[in-house]
Amino acid sequence: MTAITHHAPDALLAAYAAGNLPQPFGLALAAHISLCLECRAAYEAHLVSGGAVLETSEAEVVSEGLKSNVLDLLDTPAVEEKAYQRSGVYPGPVVEALKGKPPRWKSLGMGVRQSILSDGREGSVRLLYIPSGRAVPDHSHNGLELTLVLQGSFSDETGRFGVGDLEVADQSLEHTPIADEGPPCICLAATDAPLRFNSFVPRLLQPLFRI
Amino acid sequence: MKQPPSQISSLTTYMLAVRDDRDRTAFALLFDHFAPRLKGFIMRSGTGGGQAEEIVQEVMLTIWRKAEQFDPERAQVSAWVYQIARNRQIDVIRKENRPLPEELGEDPGSEPDASQILAVEQEAGQLKDALLKLKPDQRDMIEKAYLGELTHQEISSQTGLPLGTIKSRIRLGLEKLRYELKELR
Ligand SMILES: [Zn+2]
Repeated sequence: MTAITHHAPDALLAAYAAGNLPQPFGLALAAHISLCLECRAAYEAHLVSGGAVLETSEAEVVSEGLKSNVLDLLDTPAVEEKAYQRSGVYPGPVVEALKGKPPRWKSLGMGVRQSILSDGREGSVRLLYIPSGRAVPDHSHNGLELTLVLQGSFSDETGRFGVGDLEVADQSLEHTPIADEGPPCICLAATDAPLRFNSFVPRLLQPLFRI
Repeated sequence: MKQPPSQISSLTTYMLAVRDDRDRTAFALLFDHFAPRLKGFIMRSGTGGGQAEEIVQEVMLTIWRKAEQFDPERAQVSAWVYQIARNRQIDVIRKENRPLPEELGEDPGSEPDASQILAVEQEAGQLKDALLKLKPDQRDMIEKAYLGELTHQEISSQTGLPLGTIKSRIRLGLEKLRYELKELR
C-alpha cells in the first residue's frame, strides 16, 4: 500500500475527538483514522487535551447512593455491543454503517454506482464506485465534503488520492476528479449539505436519485 | 494491589489493577476521583444534575467493563475516560452511536514498559499545566472545544490551542503505534 499523503485537518480531528462533527463527517473521520496512524496519533493527542479539560473541571458533589449503585452493578452483564471488523476494502466503521452487509449499489449511469449509507438532517454519506477513466460525480459545493479513498485512486487538479487519502473540499474548490487506471475507485463521500451532481445527472432528476 | 513502579501515577495504578485483577477497591478509588469531575464536566454543557449522574454511572460502568481496552502506553487515564464520557453523553443526549475508529489489535502480551507509561503521563501533565496557564479567554475556548461546544469551523478559526504540546504527544503516540504494529506483524 502506498503511503497516505492527504490527512484530516486538525480542526476536524479536534471536533471529532470532542464528538462534535455531523454524523457523516464522524464516519469519514472514524474510517480515515482506522487506516491512518498519523491521524490516529493526532486524534489520541486531542483526547489527552480533552482529558486535561476533564481533570481541571470543577467537581460537583455526587448523590450519596451513586457509588454503591455503581458498585452493585459491576456484576450485571453488559449488553454486548457488536464490534464490526474490517471487511475487504471497508474499514470497521463503514462495515458498521453497512450493518455488516455488502453495499447495495445503485447505478448512476456510465458505470458509476452509489450506495447511500445515511441521508438526513446532518448531511449524507455514501459509497461511490467509479470505473477507471470516469469522473467522480461532482459533489455538492454547498458545504464541506470529505472523500476517503477505499480502493483504487482518483486524480484531480489538486493531486492524486490513493487508498486511505482523505480529500477535503469546500465551496471554493472547483475540481474534476477522475478515477485513475487500475481497479475501479471506491470511495466514501460525506457531506453536510444536500448533494447535487453537477456533471451528468440533470438537476431535475435529483429527487429521484435522492441526491 | 500490586506495588507499581514508584513514579507511575496512582490513577494509572488503580486502572491497571482494575484491568488486570478486577480490583474493586481500586475501582472505588477511581470512582472517588472521577465521578465528581465527570459530573461537573457533564453539567457544564447544560445537562441537569439528575441526567448527569445517570451518565456518570454509565461512564463508570463502561470503565469497569471495557478496562481491557485501556493501554497506559498509549493513553493516559483521563484521556481514556474523556473519550468514554463524550461517547456516553452523545449516546444519551443525541440518541445515536458515534462512529468510532477500529480498535488496534491486542498488544501481544508484552510487559508494560514503565518508561513509555511515564512518558505518556508526563506529556499529559505538561498539557494540563499548559491549559492552566492560558489566559482565561483562551482557556475558555479550549474548554468549549473539548466540551463539544465548538464546530470544526469555529475551532479552525481559533489559534489558542496549545499545539506545541499536542504535537509532541502526536510524535510520541506515533512512535508507539508504529512499534506496536511492527510487533503484530
Ligand atoms: Zn491521516
